[in-house]
Amino acid sequence: MRPDSSSSFGERGSGRRPEHPGRRPGRRPGRRRWRLAARYTLLTIGALVVLAPLYLTVVSSLLPPSALAERPPPLFPLDPQWHDYAVAWSQGDLGVYLRNSAIQTAIIVCGQLVTSVLAGYAFAFLRFPFKRALFVVFLATLMIPFEVTLVTNTQTISELGWYNTFAGLTVPFLATGVGTFLLRQAFLQIPRDLQEAATLDGYGRLRFLLRIALPLARPALAALGVFSFLAAWNQYLWPLVVTGSGNGVRTVQIGLKLLQGTEVSRTDVALAGTVIAVLPLLVLLVVFQKQLVRSLTAGAVK
Amino acid sequence: MADVAFRGATRRFGGRPAVERLDLEVADGELLVLLGPSGCGKTTALRMVAGLEEPDEGEILIGGRVVNDVEPKDRDVAMVFQSYALYPHLNVEHNIEFPLRRRGVDAQRRRQTVREVAASLGLQELLARKPRELSGGQRQRVALARAIVRQPRAFLMDEPLSNLDAALRLQTRADIVALQTRLGTTTLYVTHDQVEAMTMGHRIAVLDHGVLQQVGPPHALYDRPANLFVAKFLGSPGMNALPATLEGTTAHAARVARVARVDGGHVPLGDDGAAAAGQAASLVVGVRPEHLALSPSGTLEAKVLLVELLGADVHVLCQLGDQTKLVVRQDASAPRPAIGDGVRIVVASGSVHVFTGGSGARLGGPG
Repeated sequence: MRPDSSSSFGERGSGRRPEHPGRRPGRRPGRRRWRLAARYTLLTIGALVVLAPLYLTVVSSLLPPSALAERPPPLFPLDPQWHDYAVAWSQGDLGVYLRNSAIQTAIIVCGQLVTSVLAGYAFAFLRFPFKRALFVVFLATLMIPFEVTLVTNTQTISELGWYNTFAGLTVPFLATGVGTFLLRQAFLQIPRDLQEAATLDGYGRLRFLLRIALPLARPALAALGVFSFLAAWNQYLWPLVVTGSGNGVRTVQIGLKLLQGTEVSRTDVALAGTVIAVLPLLVLLVVFQKQLVRSLTAGAVK
Repeated sequence: MADVAFRGATRRFGGRPAVERLDLEVADGELLVLLGPSGCGKTTALRMVAGLEEPDEGEILIGGRVVNDVEPKDRDVAMVFQSYALYPHLNVEHNIEFPLRRRGVDAQRRRQTVREVAASLGLQELLARKPRELSGGQRQRVALARAIVRQPRAFLMDEPLSNLDAALRLQTRADIVALQTRLGTTTLYVTHDQVEAMTMGHRIAVLDHGVLQQVGPPHALYDRPANLFVAKFLGSPGMNALPATLEGTTAHAARVARVARVDGGHVPLGDDGAAAAGQAASLVVGVRPEHLALSPSGTLEAKVLLVELLGADVHVLCQLGDQTKLVVRQDASAPRPAIGDGVRIVVASGSVHVFTGGSGARLGGPG
């Protein structure tokens, strides 16, 4: 409690000038500028920490092998070696791997969107027995790391004969507790009046979902799409376990690892491959940046 | 268009009745106002007609047909929500058009109907806008447009004016009455605002704790309230209620004296009132503020607690004795007392309503 503002009435005439109400003592424009500078310094440092590995990867992929060995390595490629990208692409079969990754990611993203929308809708709008308990079970799956179920899942996949198939790669990831939770929350934001108005206007559950609920939950859908895309694209352990050589459903992350093991065992080529593998993600992030930020700050301000 | 009826309709929430054995008929083309305080069950009653709540007992009829098992979309009623419930991602045109799309109306006809309805409500300039770009009054009109576009058998309006500012509310009130008169569509209108009820309704049904208290034309409810609740709820401010005892020791004596003793003095009972009062063990007399006046010849002695100037009128809040308070309405041109003044109040003859002390039921009075 600040006595200067709360009791200024009683102190009239005591020689003290009453403080301007609502203004913190000692808050001057100079101080504000200093705070701004400090904030931007922190943000810049943060950005550097995040971007430095990416930058070093891109730079190193363009350096000749001799320069890579230098300590410290150069921070700018004076003579960019673009042909490393061509080598990585052709020698490492990156085209095939990228295609496989794209198919795998597309199946997982679509699957997660569909199952999350339907389950989220049920948890938000329908009344059924054990709804709360079931939802808790759904949430509990968030606490279980994927590694815990790895062995069981591998067995199941191989018993189903799905080893080295897209089904094996994707089916365990077609439903997600996070997505269900995200969309349930988004659907709960929709006022009940809107649903009732749609009911009276003749729109059943499915039509309400498609015509009203989904358009209104678009930010959440986009966020879920981006997150599941990132997770699916970056998967390493599971594709490693359920795919083998031959028939070829291996994804790009495995392909990168293999690139280092082949005759082109060159760091610059491997890094060029990495950059190629990251490009789709970067494009996605740039395109969906707005939705991503909005979903992260959702609920922060009304 | 159709008549709407409740037959013993009951709806409970967690065992507690929200609406209890409601019997009410709304004639074809009538505007009936469901009036009552928050939580009195008026919205629940409305939602039962819409099909958004199922009655636990009793029947809901639309056009003479029991609709308890009819889906909301097949009841052919349109509802205007308190929040307007406009679809935020659709522009005004698509919002209005929305109910028509499900009815297999072809695009050409849809567009024409939407334009006609929009023009009738002065919305033609706003068709391309999203709801968030509209003012409260405009949203309200879009909600009305969406309701009338499909020409339903009945309108259900759930406090449609409560989110508007005072001036706009006055305007929209008149607009809705004009619209309803023009279309002649049976309308159930829910409000807690008795002024709205008095000015809009062909008839008013007053609800309290889920129970229908009285139904009738506005003036009938105002002039002959069936009980103390209706008496106090209608009118601004409502009727003054004064606990009373009879002058004299017997019913006969009371009839002869024709006065009731209250805190701070006595009030004259009319012939009718005196006769009625004689039957009851405990009494409450009711007098509307406009039937009271400050005058040195008054029969009630009181102290002024508050003087409120409302423009043309002045409300004088007075205390009688220890417990009872009452409001006197007087003309703004009359001399105004000061707070703390001792005053005398005269009660206009033939204006005293008599209620039982227990249930508050009306025993007698003017009208």
